[in-house]
Amino acid sequence: MKVRIKFAKYGVMKYIGHLDIMRYFQKCMRRADVDIAYSTGFSPHQIMSFASPLGVGVESHGEYFDIELKSGNAKQVKDALNAVMVDGMEIISVVKLPDGVKNAMASIAAARYTVCMKEGFEHENTCHDKVCDFLSQSQINIIKQTKKNEIEFDLRPHIFEFEYDDDYKMLIDASSSGNIKPMTVIEEYARFCGTEICASKYQIIREEIYMRNEGSEFVPLLSPGEDF
Amino acid sequence: MSVKLALSDDILMKVDKPARYIGNEINSVTKDKDSIEIRFAMCFPDVYEIGMSHIGIQILYDMLNKYDDVWCERVYSPWTDLDAIMRERNIPLFALESQDPVKEFDFLGITLQYEMCYTNILQILDLSGIPLLSKDRSDSDTIVIGGGPCTYNPEPIADFFDIFYIGEGETRYRELLDLYKEHKKNNTTRYEFLCEAAKLGGMYVPSLYKTEYNEDGTVKEFRALRDDIPLMIYKEIVTDLETADYPVKPVVPFIKCTQDRAVVEIQRGCIRGCRFCQAGQLYRPVRERNVDDLKKMAMEILSNTGHEEVSLSSLSSSDFSKIEELTDFLIDECSRRYINISLPSLRIDNYSLETFSKVQDIHKSSLTFAPEAGSQRMRNVINKGLTEDDIIGGASMAFKRGWSKVKLYFMLGLPGETDEDIKEIGILCDKIARAYFDLVPKEKRIGGPVQITASTSFFIPKPFTAFQWASMNTKEDFLNKAYMTRTSILSQLNQKRIKYNWHEADVSVLEGVFARGDRKLSKAILEAYKRGCIYDAWGEYYKNDIWMQVFEDLGIDISFYTTRERGLDEIFPWDFISCGVDKEWLKKEWLRSKEEAVTPNCKQQCSGCGAFRYNTGICMEHRKKQA
Repeated sequence: MKVRIKFAKYGVMKYIGHLDIMRYFQKCMRRADVDIAYSTGFSPHQIMSFASPLGVGVESHGEYFDIELKSGNAKQVKDALNAVMVDGMEIISVVKLPDGVKNAMASIAAARYTVCMKEGFEHENTCHDKVCDFLSQSQINIIKQTKKNEIEFDLRPHIFEFEYDDDYKMLIDASSSGNIKPMTVIEEYARFCGTEICASKYQIIREEIYMRNEGSEFVPLLSPGEDF
Repeated sequence: MSVKLALSDDILMKVDKPARYIGNEINSVTKDKDSIEIRFAMCFPDVYEIGMSHIGIQILYDMLNKYDDVWCERVYSPWTDLDAIMRERNIPLFALESQDPVKEFDFLGITLQYEMCYTNILQILDLSGIPLLSKDRSDSDTIVIGGGPCTYNPEPIADFFDIFYIGEGETRYRELLDLYKEHKKNNTTRYEFLCEAAKLGGMYVPSLYKTEYNEDGTVKEFRALRDDIPLMIYKEIVTDLETADYPVKPVVPFIKCTQDRAVVEIQRGCIRGCRFCQAGQLYRPVRERNVDDLKKMAMEILSNTGHEEVSLSSLSSSDFSKIEELTDFLIDECSRRYINISLPSLRIDNYSLETFSKVQDIHKSSLTFAPEAGSQRMRNVINKGLTEDDIIGGASMAFKRGWSKVKLYFMLGLPGETDEDIKEIGILCDKIARAYFDLVPKEKRIGGPVQITASTSFFIPKPFTAFQWASMNTKEDFLNKAYMTRTSILSQLNQKRIKYNWHEADVSVLEGVFARGDRKLSKAILEAYKRGCIYDAWGEYYKNDIWMQVFEDLGIDISFYTTRERGLDEIFPWDFISCGVDKEWLKKEWLRSKEEAVTPNCKQQCSGCGAFRYNTGICMEHRKKQA
């Protein structure tokens, strides 16, 4: 059966890159004795696919990967995995996916982020009252650097929500065709406010990853899943 | 609960692979600082990925953390990017688990696995804020203790260490730590503690000894500055390896390390008496672990780590008496669990080929031979019991089964080597290629035609080997010999099927200086470090010009250490250490090598090297036979 796992990654674990997180979970599956299926062929590997790589330095409360499970139930898998986690990694949910649900990566439509000032820089954020004005622009054109050349790109349709409430909160496009980065929004907003910022002073936290349901509404990647 | 990291977020986001510095790995050990009495920082003076792959550290980490009163943590060399930041911002070096400064620890243990790490020792001390020279340390400073193979000639780095632990770490740490606790309780001085430590087996406290030199620079006399400490330090070894602890919960790194697998140590020591090989002498006599324990250990390590690969560790694994039983068991258990087996380089025969073909793709994998020398004459000189028939026969067997890749390892600059011996390297490679073309018809050459890779390293004479008296080649000799090897390969019929690699010569010369060096070299290492040398083991950071300039400025003639053939009666700087093998026996071996005489291995016949004094391992089997 196809199983979707939601996890959090925070604290010192934010320094571990995506490839190493994949290796980490492969080892966790073995330590926890999860009955995961393996691919066939000369060098079989665990059937496991991640929704979206998280950059080094970013924390998350809503990361996902899918596995093919041969036996077990949700509680048992979740407890077994949590028993072998390190500080800063936590399994939040384990659900079974009904047949026909697209894999995590193909389903992604949007992601919610919190962006705050890192410790020691709390008072450096001065512009936070122009959020409405920023969003009321019909176009937010930026220059996007591609491999070959520079192209003009309108950010506005890819920002679904953007607000300031002690920290910046945003819901932005994370689909394969229109993916934008949270810091791009912050940098553009700062430019709109007439200031320049230093990206390394901001901490990004991914809160949730969304897919679209039949009604085209954003729902968390976990939502098609069921307990088992 | 999370520890506060020693490095700021801004630094960790800037440096390469921040995972090297955060700790928090699976099976790393965290203790309550207030519930322990001794803090031990265990250091491998190289980058994390290298240090984490070392099984010796894992053994001692596990052992020390089993003691309720001790918390052992790990320390590695910060990579050059972080090194620069730490110096610039005065950030003290820290241990991974607690992230506390090393300076706050009672002990800093440094493992010395290769000579080229010597400047990294100074980097560790310097960044920690511990005085570089033992004589400058005060009562409150951390005790710096060295261990590992390079301690068998600790003299070039004697000034930097308070204690060297000679031999296997399992046996004496408890006593040393108890002594330290006693010393802490009674508030005695550092000097008093060191004097007592020097009386424990295997402990060498360099500051309590003095070396006098002859006018020609050789050792005149090595003497103790006190009369209550031993003049001969015998190595420590585990005499009952079957009951010795082994870490079944090793630390699992997040980032890919050199050794990213479960490692099971199957035996210590080696029965073969290759005359160039230091490890073969240092770990005598060979001791095996119990095969049933090994099976259990392997499975436990796999389930505690989640590693997807397991490998066996030892010298000359084929000589382990239960190697077939153990590998068959592992293949069986592991294939069921989708775990790979990385087999050690076994002697090529029907059994090993059958085994290899179960775990590797024979069209992709290669066979490995280490003839070490091209000619049979030279192989007799070095006592390498591998004949041309073994190599050609083994390769032929493998070719028939579908292999087509062969790797061969040789050494250049062996004692008494002639041009003819070197030319034989090319000839041997060609013979292997010919065997392939004779045996494998065109339609069966699936993986493409035969590919032979010959690699040469330069021979460096090491202490406690039969060649400790030998002259080492100069850099120019080395390069000429590499050129001659290449010419010999290029003149062969099948030269297009043979690829040749050779090592850097500069770094081999420096390694040769330190390997048989004396205390006079400490100041050169210190000076080279001050002029910017670190990570000498890393080609891209090795600064040969600086090293050569330092030797010149300090009036040190490196040929004294390298090319000079030692007289039979010369006192060596390391003669006060005993690895169990007698100097007289090594001398006999040196003379036998000149006669091209082969000495049987320990299984065939005891040749009386002296290791029997430890009353263990293979020596006991001979004694049983005699009784």
